[in-house]
Amino acid sequence: MADGLMKLHYEIPADDLTYAGEASSSVKKVLVQLGINPVQIKKAAVSMYEAEINAVIHGHGGAADIEIGNGRIFICIEDKGPGIPDLELAMQEGWSTASDEVREMGFGAGMGLPNIKRYADKLDIETETGKGTKVMITVMYPNT
Amino acid sequence: MRLSEVTKILEAEILTGGQMDMEIESACGSDLMSDVMAYVKENVLLLTGLVTPQVIRTAEMMDIKAIVFVRGKTPGQNVLELAQEKGISVLRTCDPMFIACGKLYSAGITGKGVW
Repeated sequence: MADGLMKLHYEIPADDLTYAGEASSSVKKVLVQLGINPVQIKKAAVSMYEAEINAVIHGHGGAADIEIGNGRIFICIEDKGPGIPDLELAMQEGWSTASDEVREMGFGAGMGLPNIKRYADKLDIETETGKGTKVMITVMYPNT
Repeated sequence: MRLSEVTKILEAEILTGGQMDMEIESACGSDLMSDVMAYVKENVLLLTGLVTPQVIRTAEMMDIKAIVFVRGKTPGQNVLELAQEKGISVLRTCDPMFIACGKLYSAGITGKGVW
């Protein structure tokens, strides 16, 4: 933490929803330990969880890198999946390409990306068809 | 309303947890976890017919401390263990979703989320 930032890294396994959410759960625990406000914790946890689920169900797994410090929680989730051909469409509530299996698990309602946008203070998405998707979420918290 | 009263109204069985003095201010009934995550309220009770570990994960992220499984659905031991680990109380009722929600609404849980 020489630069005042806490850095965390997690691998996200592919196609197995049973463990989806482990990384978000760990990050939530760290944020609680750091004494960050519950409102900001919920914003970070929910947006990361949705992005993690997306990486599992659409992106064939990937990795999560988190930086916490200086009043900012930065979450980057990167996958090597098929990419999002039409990002504008994917941002619309209710639009989904998820499989029936995913829907049976309670996801695939087309609310993932809209929810991330709702909770994140800043959201940047880089995606390329055939190469993968990088979702960058920023949640600000008041410095104590 | 306390969770003990919810249990009585729904004639529910306590599967794990059982923090019966917990105060419930609003409730969310859904089998779609992303819809649950769009529901912003405090002291929320989640009613769902879905019995996967993702229900517990979703509750964890949303700080939801009580879940009712409707339609008499029984979750697997892994789901109950995860709930226990996260300090989430889990109930089960034989009422279907609509009836369970209706009973609780009639009894005064009328708190509204973002919609």
